[in-house]
Amino acid sequence: MSGYQGKKNIPRITSDRLLIKGAKIVNDDQSFYADIYMEDGVIKQIGENLIVPGGVKTIDAHGRMLLPGGIDVHTRFQMPDRGMTAADDFYQGTKAALAGGTTMIIDHVVPEPGVSLMSAFEQWREWADGKSCCDYSLHVDITEWHKGIQEEMETLVKDHGVNSFLVYLAYKDIFQLTDAQVYEVFSVIRDLGAIAQVHAENGDIVAEEQRRILEQGITGPEGHVLSHPEEVEAEAVNRAVTVANQTNCPLYVTKVMSKSAADVIAQARKKGTVVYGEPITASLGTDGSHYWSKNWAKAAAFVTSPPLSPDPATPDYLNSLLSCGDLQVTGSAHCPFNTAQRAVGKDDFTLIPEGVNGTEERMSIIWDKCVVTGKMDENQFVAVTSTNAAKIFNLYPRKGRIAVGSDADLVLWDPDVTKIISAKSHNSTVEYNIFEGLEVRGGPLVVISQGKIVLEEGTLHATEGSGRFVARKPFPDYVYKRIKARSRLAELRGVPRGLYDGPVCEVSVTPKTMTPVSSAKTSPAKQPSQPVRNLHQSGFSLSGHTGAQIDDNVPRRNTQRIVAPPGGRANITSLG
Amino acid sequence: MAERRAQRVKAEEELPVYLARPGTADQVPRQKRGGLFCSVEDAFDSKTIDFDALSVGQRGSRTPRTVKREAGQGETGSPAGAESPAGNDAHKVQICSSGGKETLQNLEDEKSDRLLIKGGRIVNDDQSFHADIYMEDGLIKQIGDNLIVPGGVKTIEANGKMVIPGGIDIHTHFQMPYRGTTTVDDFAQGSKAALAGGTTMIVDHVIPEPGSSLLEAYDQWRQWADEKACCDYSLHVDVTHWDDSVKQELDNLIKEKGVNSFQVYMAYKDYYQMSNSELYEVFTFLAERGGIAQIHAENGEIIAKEQGRMLQMGITGPEGHVLSRPEELEAEAVFRAVTIASQTNCPLYVTRVMSKSAADIISQARKKGNVVFGEPITASLGTDGTHYWSKNWAKAASFVTSPPLSPDPTTPDYLNTLLASGDLSVTGSAHCTFSVAQKAIGKDDFTQIPEGVNGVEERMVLIWDKAVTTGKMDENMFVAVTSTNAAKILNLYPRKGRIAVGSDADLVIWDTDAVRTITAKTHNSAAEYNVFEGMELRGAPLVVICQGKIVLEDGNLHVTCGVGRFIPCPPFPDFAYKRIKARKQLAVLRAVPRGMYDGPVSEFSMSRGGTPSASARTSPTKQPVRNLHQSGFSLAGPPTPEDAPIRPPGRRIVVPPGGRSNITSLS
Repeated sequence: MSGYQGKKNIPRITSDRLLIKGAKIVNDDQSFYADIYMEDGVIKQIGENLIVPGGVKTIDAHGRMLLPGGIDVHTRFQMPDRGMTAADDFYQGTKAALAGGTTMIIDHVVPEPGVSLMSAFEQWREWADGKSCCDYSLHVDITEWHKGIQEEMETLVKDHGVNSFLVYLAYKDIFQLTDAQVYEVFSVIRDLGAIAQVHAENGDIVAEEQRRILEQGITGPEGHVLSHPEEVEAEAVNRAVTVANQTNCPLYVTKVMSKSAADVIAQARKKGTVVYGEPITASLGTDGSHYWSKNWAKAAAFVTSPPLSPDPATPDYLNSLLSCGDLQVTGSAHCPFNTAQRAVGKDDFTLIPEGVNGTEERMSIIWDKCVVTGKMDENQFVAVTSTNAAKIFNLYPRKGRIAVGSDADLVLWDPDVTKIISAKSHNSTVEYNIFEGLEVRGGPLVVISQGKIVLEEGTLHATEGSGRFVARKPFPDYVYKRIKARSRLAELRGVPRGLYDGPVCEVSVTPKTMTPVSSAKTSPAKQPSQPVRNLHQSGFSLSGHTGAQIDDNVPRRNTQRIVAPPGGRANITSLG
Repeated sequence: MAERRAQRVKAEEELPVYLARPGTADQVPRQKRGGLFCSVEDAFDSKTIDFDALSVGQRGSRTPRTVKREAGQGETGSPAGAESPAGNDAHKVQICSSGGKETLQNLEDEKSDRLLIKGGRIVNDDQSFHADIYMEDGLIKQIGDNLIVPGGVKTIEANGKMVIPGGIDIHTHFQMPYRGTTTVDDFAQGSKAALAGGTTMIVDHVIPEPGSSLLEAYDQWRQWADEKACCDYSLHVDVTHWDDSVKQELDNLIKEKGVNSFQVYMAYKDYYQMSNSELYEVFTFLAERGGIAQIHAENGEIIAKEQGRMLQMGITGPEGHVLSRPEELEAEAVFRAVTIASQTNCPLYVTRVMSKSAADIISQARKKGNVVFGEPITASLGTDGTHYWSKNWAKAASFVTSPPLSPDPTTPDYLNTLLASGDLSVTGSAHCTFSVAQKAIGKDDFTQIPEGVNGVEERMVLIWDKAVTTGKMDENMFVAVTSTNAAKILNLYPRKGRIAVGSDADLVIWDTDAVRTITAKTHNSAAEYNVFEGMELRGAPLVVICQGKIVLEDGNLHVTCGVGRFIPCPPFPDFAYKRIKARKQLAVLRAVPRGMYDGPVSEFSMSRGGTPSASARTSPTKQPVRNLHQSGFSLAGPPTPEDAPIRPPGRRIVVPPGGRSNITSLS
């Protein structure tokens, strides 16, 4: 498969110069055959009969597909949860990612409420810089809201390369923000040019349902899915879309787990809202029937929020929406806990730490469920696993594309290899794999990260700490071109009117006192049309005689733009 | 100018009345093309079928009071055709021709509570048939042909005209206190207007101040209404705050006071608004007691933010009201309410459906099997929100209500269609009128404008004109949406909402051909503005009978204040609760019986952010998991029966694996 032009060369020395011959290069827009030469972790040349230095390591692709390395937009490696830490740290996690053909991850910084965003961010940077084996970037979660947070967000965007923030509509009394706070956060995010991510579940209802279910004596993992019905997810997505529309802020829904939530996103997109949906490996690959498993540990391994839908048709549905573009990117929300950690909630499902695995399986599962079944082609596959993510988070074309000048993060993909997913062979540290026993077709043959071969012939050569932090700039074009155009349009104007100089009712400030002042209650006024006349400088009279009509029919001057023009809004893109 | 008008009038004279083009009165007719209201020409064409455009006759808005009109009538009104309405005097002629009318008036004696309607076509929500009706003591005693009735009975010859059950206006705010003032229509004025429009029962909202007692407020409203109401009434109670004492009061109201519907608010932040958790509790409570949860659906939090933004931008006029309450916020709140109601298995009633998107959510929810009812109001069915941009402040302010009228001019048509198809179930008026002086409280700040529009008098006529004459619905459906459905939801059926032996004698003889123009000059409300000003509507009540007495004939109202009775509404209306009860029986959740987990358990600190202890992070444990569980399944087990979802066959689980998303949700 892979050999060296000069057999005597020692692989490690020249390994930062790499030539791939005869590959079918697959981007999100087209596929073509070419050779590709990379050096210093960057793609230097693409074409045929390349002139390359001697002694370069060469891989002969034999016409196999060469894809841009996957980008896993949602991981939670090493995430602290009540004194525990997610079982996979940045080393284990990124290793698993590379094994699956993913060459970049974006992790979530979760500051405890009360802890500053900056210090949490620094903490995560430190963890990741020390351990990560592939390039990474960070989302920052907003877990509380006050003035200081706003300033920190500004610093993060301007100086630290963060352009996405997650807010929670769930986790009542811990992370949850109110609608008004979400409105403010979104306004700030829009002004900063970042992306608003949302964890969409109605936390109030979930809390009530959890209480009810516990009262009924249901304490096992099935209580988790019973207390997080999919309607509650769809409701929250709908609310988030509404707030995003109002604030003209781009929205990104993490963890789309159910049909109805996906439908809400698809509808919103049809109405013109700038919204992106991220199904995760778990929701694309399996369903929530396992919550009823008699094996507690197995059932608990599926616990995540929003939960997997008990409807077994869900994965298929989400894969279809992913294929047609209604959902755009895929993450894994990889955040596994081992069984002993899960067992914290053995008598109360609300205490089970939440998270499933999926970073390693992501690419293969999507290939198997979508490309093998003919739902999407290889180009769309590249789009949903890599390119769209790079575009949304402003990494394009450095990541997410095979082009001269892009990073040398590549995957040589074998569409025919089959593999049975099992906890015995996976790279995560947890005992359960939620895709246990699933046979998938398609997998990475060679993975190149930063111009180095990290997976070859089934062997991983990951180097701890080699991952770089990739800073992301605000105002990604892919997202903000539309937003900017809309903010220019969205100017509201008042109607210029003469001053109202008629009688005004007196108002008591305390609403309790009942002193009806000058209300016309005593005289069933049939004449009041008289006093109304000439009340207004504009001189319109009430019951439209000739004078009033013309202007009344045309209540606005030509030059004025009004955001919700009479007759607009409902079926066109809303511009508010 | 004047010349042009003259020419136009002349042109119209040559056309039959029902082909006349709109153009003279000031509200209804708007330029459909090229005007400022149309952002793009034809933008709305072929999106919704414009039934109005397909039908003739009702769009004309010529004012019958002008002389030209009278002149034109002489030429155009073909005397034979019943189809061409002959203006105001037509219905007088009609009723005069109905024999026995004179005797009827002469017999103003003690016998007047016995009444016979002969030759009417009785229209219920299920069928129409010809029969005579005899009523006595306010009840319908006999229905049929050749009735045997006592002598000297007052007789109305209906001459084949429609006799329909009196309308029920399920949403009014008469005499509502507002910051020290009161709406200009009190129960006397309001119920008079109701009767004039063919509505013989109203259901008013009791609004206790947050923090005060529900029962006291209820008693207060009862007192006001008992003194003044001219027709039967019933009450909804609004729940404006939530604690244990409110629970007890609700219980009392349901069990002893005859109230079965309670409204909660998702808007009016820091005032009436309730949180999602409170809504959940209220809904749960009502579902147990057999009440109907009514909802004022708007996202109050975002409205508050938007209002602040508008005011900051210097928009203080009534247009700020609609700009700060975009229809999305209404739809969002409806969606949320539907979700909570479906979680709590509580019947939901959405008051004031004002926009297309809110109506769409309701019809979707109904398709999914949710028990939800939508109530469009007269204003949303009859007019739109373009008037908020009127340069006449007082006019613009008179349209202020919440949720606001949609600025999309196709909304009324759309809502009428949904009403006709049954996706929306009942109609109210949300009649809550303020005088211009009262509205002017908010002359410098739109958030201070008291909210409410008129509509109790216009409701029946407007729906007839917009929905029946256009062919969207038939007369039976008309009865359903104006009366029967409301009676069913309130659990008053068949006492109200139906013409049957034993039902209350609340009847309306309906004239399908009468045409009249709505104007504040002639309406019965005390408000100076009418939001339907200048609209010409076809169809009108000819005779209104309330409690077995004639209250409207020949256009004359004979109402008596204080005759209205309070009608108690029993809980658990079948119309809503039959389905709810069946689902309750199904919705039993069961736990999965499992062996005790006896493996290792991580320590964890409940106070978040403690020391990471005993997390298995250091040792990737693959071994210890095996044999952890009594159930004995091994982790990486061969795909044994375990993979099939495990449930003992006898158990029912509410969300069965594979259920939920596309079938009726039963929880």
